[in-house]
Amino acid sequence: MNLKRFIFNKRSLIYLVVLIFLLIIPFILSPFNLILFESAITFAIVGLGFNLLLRYTGLLSFGHGAYFAAGAYAVAMVGRYVPSIYSIEFLIPIAIIASLVLSAIFGFICVRHTKIFFAILTLALSMLLFALLFKFYSVTGGSDGLYIPTPSIFGVTFKRRPEFLSGPYYYFLLVIFIICYMVMKVIVSSPFGKALQAIRDNETRAELIGIRVKRYRFYAFIISGTFAGIGGSLWTFVNGHVTPDVSHWFFSGEIVYMTLLGGFFIFEGPIIGAFVFTFLKLYAMGFTEYWMGIIGVTLILLVLLLPTGLAGGVVTIFNKLKTRKVLGGT
Amino acid sequence: MLTVENLNKSFGNLRAIDGVGFSISENEIVSLIGSNGAGKTTLVNLLSGYIRPDSGKIHFLEEDITSASPYMRIKLGIGRSFQLVQLFEESKVLDNVRTPLFSKNGKIKSLFIPSDKYVDIKKNTLEILKVFNLSHKEDILAKELSEGDKKVLDIAMAYALRTKLLLLDEPTSGVATQDKFKVMDTIVYAIRNEKISALIIEHDMDIVAKYSDRVIVMHEGKIMVEGEPDVVMSHKDVREHILGLSENVTEN
Repeated sequence: MNLKRFIFNKRSLIYLVVLIFLLIIPFILSPFNLILFESAITFAIVGLGFNLLLRYTGLLSFGHGAYFAAGAYAVAMVGRYVPSIYSIEFLIPIAIIASLVLSAIFGFICVRHTKIFFAILTLALSMLLFALLFKFYSVTGGSDGLYIPTPSIFGVTFKRRPEFLSGPYYYFLLVIFIICYMVMKVIVSSPFGKALQAIRDNETRAELIGIRVKRYRFYAFIISGTFAGIGGSLWTFVNGHVTPDVSHWFFSGEIVYMTLLGGFFIFEGPIIGAFVFTFLKLYAMGFTEYWMGIIGVTLILLVLLLPTGLAGGVVTIFNKLKTRKVLGGT
Repeated sequence: MLTVENLNKSFGNLRAIDGVGFSISENEIVSLIGSNGAGKTTLVNLLSGYIRPDSGKIHFLEEDITSASPYMRIKLGIGRSFQLVQLFEESKVLDNVRTPLFSKNGKIKSLFIPSDKYVDIKKNTLEILKVFNLSHKEDILAKELSEGDKKVLDIAMAYALRTKLLLLDEPTSGVATQDKFKVMDTIVYAIRNEKISALIIEHDMDIVAKYSDRVIVMHEGKIMVEGEPDVVMSHKDVREHILGLSENVTEN
């Protein structure tokens, strides 16, 4: 691409501004809010994967917590049983493999169904994992969960968790997030992504043009689950602790919620949803013990007033302004 | 190109297709007409493999396809459109045609290359859209098209798979009367341009007369008569049973 054209492209400019903003975040936010922000980035990665199923394949999963848990527990298990390789460059690939295997097993069962049956199956399977993590105390730590030690990054070790979270980990996380964003962006615009959209729109016709519907749904499920696993593994380092709650349908519901909040019609919607939800939840929790009420009311308002989510709302307003400008100019 | 021999299909006691035999040559447009329940859609479903015949044979390009799956028949070059259009409604018009092309060219599994990088396939897509008069609508969603354009796009999708024989189930149903000829002009132009054959189920006799090389008339599961449009239309039984014209009325 022409460099000049790239630089002056409106979209590139937005990317550049967002990137600069993200780069200076550790200097702007308080340590507490930075940790929240890091947490939101991990959820944003989960949201990217989740939306490959919801927006691009037309499948609503209520069990994505399971793959998140697979990534998170993979890290915890390595920390507990093989501490000699407890370094982030090993942990991430292990988490990827764990979530990929789990999503392949669960996906094999789920993709044979669609709509409510698919949603219920994903939910049931994630609860199965929850029960396993909860009851298998000797291995998983049961309801107490497992402690996540601070890992080293490419040989660099950290004495204290705050030192790790205050900067180095943030930039590591940012790099992984950008890679995930770019990979997912390419996937949804690739012929494979178009095949998924064809399946979402019209299964019969997709079959007629030679797309193996179930097989492609299965691939999408695995990719989506793996993204959740990556998010889960990265989240554990921020949280420092993992419990079976992440595999509970309640947590999977939160993934659905943040995607709806941001707006699943737009690629960046779940990312925005992840950030807004993380801060909204924590501040609501600090504000009242009935914080779930605030989340619930927000969901009702969202469905009634902004069915396309926050990102969808912004785009609608932007388009209206643009139309008004065009009409005003004629 | 297509030969059908003594085809039979019953649903319970109903003989939907009763000893039907006919053939379609290369570059020929054949219309299939008949009253409701005559067995037209059943015949198209038999030809595209959605249902299997009780007996009889179907040959396509010298190959026996009687028991071939719909997918195999598509691979061999039999495409079909539906009475109710089957589009990728939430996708752009461009992608409705481009996705079948990716599939046809074995690129559909490509995961890490953006679709736009396949310049040849995009060029081919735009050419097909041009043939079907949809080139200026490539960036709008399929669901936003008019009924007529939806029909045309539905056929363009089958055409994109490099079909040799198109089975069109009522291509103008649901299209506004004033647009019917426009839609058919576009479809028939594409068919003639690519030198493919077509079997068209149609109720509008003006369209049948204008665009067909040959007409097959079905009645109660059997072929009543076949031949050139003007010969068939003036046939006594066709006028009486299909067109609903008694001889007395026409004489008056």
